[in-house]
Amino acid sequence: MSGIHVSTKINGDAVEFVCDVEETLLDVLRDKLGMTGSKEGCSSGDCGACSVTVDGRLTCSCLMLGAEAEGHDIGTIEGVAKGTQLHPIQQKILDHAALQCGVCTPGFVVAAKALLEKNPDPTETEVRFWLAGNLCRCTGYDKIIRAVMDAAAEMRGQ
Amino acid sequence: MRYESPQTIEAASALLASEAGLARVLAGGTDLLVQLRSGMVEPDLVVDVKNIPTMTSITEENGGYRIGAAVSSAVMNEHAGLCAMWPGVMEGADLIGSTQVQGRATMVGNLCNCGPAADSVPGMVAANAIATIVGPNGRREVPVIDIPVAPGKSTLAKGEIVESVFLPAQAKRGGDAYLRFIPRTEMDIAVVGVGVNIELDDSGVCTHARVGLGAVAIKVLLVEDAAKALIGSKLDDAALEKMAAATSAACKPINDKRGTIEFRTKVAGVLARRAAKIALERANVRANKRASNGGEK
Repeated sequence: MSGIHVSTKINGDAVEFVCDVEETLLDVLRDKLGMTGSKEGCSSGDCGACSVTVDGRLTCSCLMLGAEAEGHDIGTIEGVAKGTQLHPIQQKILDHAALQCGVCTPGFVVAAKALLEKNPDPTETEVRFWLAGNLCRCTGYDKIIRAVMDAAAEMRGQ
Repeated sequence: MRYESPQTIEAASALLASEAGLARVLAGGTDLLVQLRSGMVEPDLVVDVKNIPTMTSITEENGGYRIGAAVSSAVMNEHAGLCAMWPGVMEGADLIGSTQVQGRATMVGNLCNCGPAADSVPGMVAANAIATIVGPNGRREVPVIDIPVAPGKSTLAKGEIVESVFLPAQAKRGGDAYLRFIPRTEMDIAVVGVGVNIELDDSGVCTHARVGLGAVAIKVLLVEDAAKALIGSKLDDAALEKMAAATSAACKPINDKRGTIEFRTKVAGVLARRAAKIALERANVRANKRASNGGEK
């Protein structure tokens, strides 16, 4: 089968790849581009472990074909830290011990970052609803929510 | 499987019409990708419609709004004009899935997937939304209620695509609402869903009403007896009671793990009454806002 040639931008860098029609963006990121930060949890859009942004909008990369990325701007967990400088959300997740196995964490970070870019001062309820599509089977969510609230406060300079 | 991403709806329709095997339209993909991955469908052709300008835009038309079939629910729910005019329709769409799903999922996908519990559909039915369909024989306009037939089955012929949905101008003193019951707060499928749209005259008497009912039959229902119970009243308790009873009477639900026949039938009436009250309040707020804006929209 002949592949589809796709030109896209990932974390600000121009990236080209060739993929099969059936491959999802998540398959491409992990298996073709070696970007294994986005995780495969459910493959049905329920768990959010594969969260990325497409043109700034939060999306499950398992619910999108690689071919659909043509001409779009993709943001992944690999683009969140600046070198060794963690993003405040990442740092606060460490500070609050808001992870155990860590499989859901990249998805939570990408999703929370998208929220804070849209709404820098969310209520706890808003954070919980926004993150309802990110499942964690270890922590019980409370520490994650606290980490995001704390990061939001720090980013607002409080 | 072949992937095509045409620039016009005519090209998309021609691709679908000429495919001998199984073809699927790809808009948000939040249903299709799950079906592909699980092996539920194995199409020979997937036609991505997101590069067709008429399918990805929201435009004002005759005082209402035309919404392209590939516009995501997140984009719709960020549109101030749409949210002000048709809050019930927008809330119904907004209840579908997570933030991630909202960023892709479309109202027309929700409609054409033909799930009886589709959250955005009762509100569209209540609003009397009209779908524009493009196919090998040209264009046709069809009320949304006439598109679903049964789970996974629609009245669309081979090669036909819904291009857009038109929400007409809301009445001067009109309002709509959608309520659903789920046993949790988020990320679930409706056990019952009710959309109500009403129009009042200057003295507050209901002159027009439509009630859309989801998840209690093989497809979405338009409950004319519930609308009749409201028309001519000021939505007093007696009228609302009659409307609730008519809504319950229209239910033909199944028993499943999410609800029994008895529960769904009763809840349908309760939600219809509550949604009508919200629609009433919105109609009055809308009329007052118009009055204070000197009659402007």
